[in-house]
Amino acid sequence: MSDTEPAIIVKDLYKTFKLPHDRHSGIKQLIVNFWKRKKGYEIQNVLNGVSFEIEKGDFFGIVGRNGSGKSTLLKTLAGIYAPDSGQAVVNGSLIPFIELGVGFNPELTGRENVFMNGALLGFGRAEMAAIYDDIVEFAELERFMDQKLKNYSSGMQVRLAFSIAIRADADILLLDEVLAVGDEAFQRKCYSYFAQLKKAKKTVILVTHSMDSVQRFCTKAMLIKDGNVEYVGDTARIASMYREENMDKDEVAKLLEKGTSANKKVTVDARLLNKPSDSELLFDIAVTSKGDMPDAVMAVSLTKDSGEIVYRWASNEKLSEDILIKGDKKIVVKLNIQNIFPNGVFSLNISLRNKDMTTFYFSADEILKFRVVNRSSYSADAYWKPNERVEISQ
Amino acid sequence: MFSRRNRILLRELVVTDFKLRYQGSVLGYLWSLLKPLLLFAIMYVVFVHFLRFGKGLEHFAVSFLFGIILWTFFLEATSQGMQAIVGRGDLIRKINFPKYIIVISATISALINLLLNLIVVFVFALIDGVDFHWSALLFPINLLELYGLALALAFLLSAMFVKFRDISHIWDVLMQGIFYATPIFYPLQMVIQYNLLAAKLLMLSPIAVIIQDSRYNAITHTDTITASQIIHSPWALILPHVIVLLLIVVASLYFKRSQKHFAENI
Repeated sequence: MSDTEPAIIVKDLYKTFKLPHDRHSGIKQLIVNFWKRKKGYEIQNVLNGVSFEIEKGDFFGIVGRNGSGKSTLLKTLAGIYAPDSGQAVVNGSLIPFIELGVGFNPELTGRENVFMNGALLGFGRAEMAAIYDDIVEFAELERFMDQKLKNYSSGMQVRLAFSIAIRADADILLLDEVLAVGDEAFQRKCYSYFAQLKKAKKTVILVTHSMDSVQRFCTKAMLIKDGNVEYVGDTARIASMYREENMDKDEVAKLLEKGTSANKKVTVDARLLNKPSDSELLFDIAVTSKGDMPDAVMAVSLTKDSGEIVYRWASNEKLSEDILIKGDKKIVVKLNIQNIFPNGVFSLNISLRNKDMTTFYFSADEILKFRVVNRSSYSADAYWKPNERVEISQ
Repeated sequence: MFSRRNRILLRELVVTDFKLRYQGSVLGYLWSLLKPLLLFAIMYVVFVHFLRFGKGLEHFAVSFLFGIILWTFFLEATSQGMQAIVGRGDLIRKINFPKYIIVISATISALINLLLNLIVVFVFALIDGVDFHWSALLFPINLLELYGLALALAFLLSAMFVKFRDISHIWDVLMQGIFYATPIFYPLQMVIQYNLLAAKLLMLSPIAVIIQDSRYNAITHTDTITASQIIHSPWALILPHVIVLLLIVVASLYFKRSQKHFAENI
């Protein structure tokens, strides 16, 4: 094993699954299917000729949407699935962590489970005994090791499993990011472990949905789609490609509903006149009303998909004149705001109320939804964009 | 075949299995000794005491117990072996390791039980005044064949069970049938008196041959009838052993071929 040799070489990997039509697996079904000359299963092509190489010391990210073949690829690399054709050559020892605590048995004590788990990862009694104290200390479970695992809380189980995992020393580590579940403190531990691995120049393969992780930890990444490699290389490029792929084209500036008030007195129609990625956002808001609405104030806000309000505007604060609604009337508000928003989904909310906020004439959340995309600059994800002044002396 | 890693894993699996099996029961491990003894006690009362099976035969009770013990092993090894792969599906889907280790570990648990039970048989044999013959030294060969047969069936059944879950029910029924078709609780003499051809047919079954040979070698020559005493065609004599060999070959090949797809089929 020389240092220049790639850690993993994958060549023309094909994998199909036979999906049975129903859950009955039995002899009767076999006979029935044979009789009817039915196959009894459907072929699903999961990997369609995947080829790539991973160099030693790479922190290699694999990204793709659900069902793209990521997990199958990972399991094939781990030797759990046998490929239909093609090959995956692994140079060096490889430990997969598709799940933490594989083989944990609730009826065994913590101590026994540590040794069982170690054996599955290929470590003998003596080797495990040597690192046992470290594991227990890191998991902070000294007092519980002789208790049965079923008496552990789920958090304690994860801690124990994770502590074993990070002691497992192998040339290549396969990690599934679902590992980083759990509370915030545990996630931090996971991420600091990832950072340590990166620093130690370990060969790591990380399967993830999080572009944040890809950009933070990975030196290289690969995007797969429908079982094909879309791109291998730069992580920033991968992140933007993945986001683009995740974006449903129709979803941009999609009008969810025409807002109508409960008493059907007010109808609001809002549109985004340009593309959500342009430097300005042009909103056209048309309000059709029946009857009088004294002291009408129009309030507009933009919220992020996570619910935070990122922008607000109210007619009484920003305009010198009040909006006068008397009788049947149609008013059109053209709102033009600088698009400083980061990549993400935002929604437009509109309300119409009186000045002292005692009466709402109309209120509609998410009247319009749009997605800011295609900003591939480094700072595209950054939420705050304060004015900055930078000096560089060289 | 047995790399260091596999030995570690096998050991850990066997030890775990051993610990888990009788956990939470008061008598613990004693149960694995008691179960065949209790089965023996019931059958002894019914068949030997009331129905007078084996009347006048030398050491029939010990022979009977010995047969039950060997049969219990065969039953345990094959049915636990059959469930082994599916039972460890959670492991197989998440980590790559040689699958045969699980099947072997399941049969080894049964083998440990057998060895402990044999001690009990030995004690009973001493009490009953069995005069051990030199041929008792041949018993390990019979034991090896029995283990080979059980292991081969365990491999075959465990791999089939992944795809066809009916196998376990079929095997249950089949084992019931084989149990009655094997001279365990009745002496072969009874069958010969009734119909010689039937006795000859019974002695084509590998398990029957192994049990009778074991009894002959280890317990008594006088009242144990082996296949060679009633069958004279060398082909018919060798057939049970050929079946064992054939099963071993077929099972290994079948297991090797299907194990690649265990992870996706379980």
